[in-house]
Amino acid sequence: MASKRVRFTFPENLIKEPLIYNLGKEFAVITNVRMADVDEHTGWVVLELEGESGEIDRSLDWARAKGVRVDPVTGDVVEG
Amino acid sequence: MTFATNLRCRECSRDYPLEAIHVCDFCFGPLEVAYDHEAIARTVTRKRIESGPASLWRYQDFLPVDAENAIDIGAGYTPLIHAKNLGKLLGLPKLYIKNDTMNPTWSFKDRVVAVASSRARELGYEKLACASTGNLANSVSAHAAAAGMEAVVFIPHDLEAGKVLGSSIYDPTLVKVRGNYDDVNRLCAELSGSYNWGFVNVNVRPYYSEGSKTLGMEVAEQLGWKAPDHCVVPIASGSLFVKIRKGLNELAKAGLIEEPKTRMSGAQADGCSPVAVAWEEGSMNFRPQRPNTIAKSLAIGNPADGYYGLVQLKETNGACGKVTDDQIIDGMKLLAESEGIFAETAGGVTIASLRQMVERGDIHPDETTVAFVTGAGFKTAEAVAPHLNAPLEVEANLESFEAAYHARQPVEVG
Repeated sequence: MASKRVRFTFPENLIKEPLIYNLGKEFAVITNVRMADVDEHTGWVVLELEGESGEIDRSLDWARAKGVRVDPVTGDVVEG
Repeated sequence: MTFATNLRCRECSRDYPLEAIHVCDFCFGPLEVAYDHEAIARTVTRKRIESGPASLWRYQDFLPVDAENAIDIGAGYTPLIHAKNLGKLLGLPKLYIKNDTMNPTWSFKDRVVAVASSRARELGYEKLACASTGNLANSVSAHAAAAGMEAVVFIPHDLEAGKVLGSSIYDPTLVKVRGNYDDVNRLCAELSGSYNWGFVNVNVRPYYSEGSKTLGMEVAEQLGWKAPDHCVVPIASGSLFVKIRKGLNELAKAGLIEEPKTRMSGAQADGCSPVAVAWEEGSMNFRPQRPNTIAKSLAIGNPADGYYGLVQLKETNGACGKVTDDQIIDGMKLLAESEGIFAETAGGVTIASLRQMVERGDIHPDETTVAFVTGAGFKTAEAVAPHLNAPLEVEANLESFEAAYHARQPVEVG
């Protein structure tokens, strides 16, 4: 089992979608939300994903294809 | 010795030992170094600092490293210039420039890397690593060389020649990563989790960011142990912006200055402005961006401390500049032509934002204002070179010189 800590940023058009629930149904990945802030225009969720490494990557590709921005929880690693 | 006691989660205040960890296991909030401030207040005096080394290690009592273990290549204690010419142009008689281009590898990153590399060595790491578009790479390479450590430095494949050279000279393992900005970022995040190296801005980040405090401390000392009224700071990850104020607050806690009431204002490039945009919209939630700006040292689309930067803008009644690439070039030229300081593009962002804020009435002429210039101009020569006047080329006779001299035309930006 592998785990990954990520931050999802949702655009306005996805705020109403149960995206994390759907991700858990579509893929063999356990989602565990740790921090979040969502309003009617935008939102972010920091969560941990657990599962097989390839399955986690596929679930993240799926989320990106839906329009979610996926980042490491630590923010950008590449600095000036 | 150090007065650091533990790491503490900025969100949930859970404590952790002083190890190479940077994220809280429970809420994934960022970890910060906590200190025994009472012991610091009992120990530190203005005189003790003033008789210390002419580097950031004069503030060793406030840093999470035993100064005896310091990797010291002379970072910090850079000039604070009373910018009378620029101040006159902008209507700010009490304008100062903190000239951090004067660091050993010509950027403020030497402050954070000095602390991070020293702590990494204390923690037993033999390799230092980072992912960078220039300044950080240069500094990590130099500090590793001085410490006899191995450096592994990841850079985007299309980095300017000067920035590559600025690292290569110290002979690190330099890795050019093919792909776009997101690809490089993703790979480096993965690498930092896979290798047991001291990634200065990842697993050693709580110590790294403490180095930025010294900028605020120095400014207060250089103003005669007084906090400025207003600071204008470039925002990339947001860490520098937040830590300058932390430095001022810690001096006050130690009884060295009065409680600061400093207004903290930020500066971002239009092409990478997640904090400035959120501030304009009145939101405390920034939306990550894909950077597209000549100010590459500020090109952090998903800033780790972006939220805390927004909180600080609100708490201190600050403002936030957002300037175009043309304005950045103008800012670089303005600083050079008025004060003789050649800053990199990030400095252009700061000066252009300063001007923007003055025009909007965000800065009062009576305020003692400090603009932070964080990197030297030769690092980003390509950005400004096409906008400068070419030298006059003349034959070796008086007529030729005079004809060229009277015909000269200044270059306009835009």
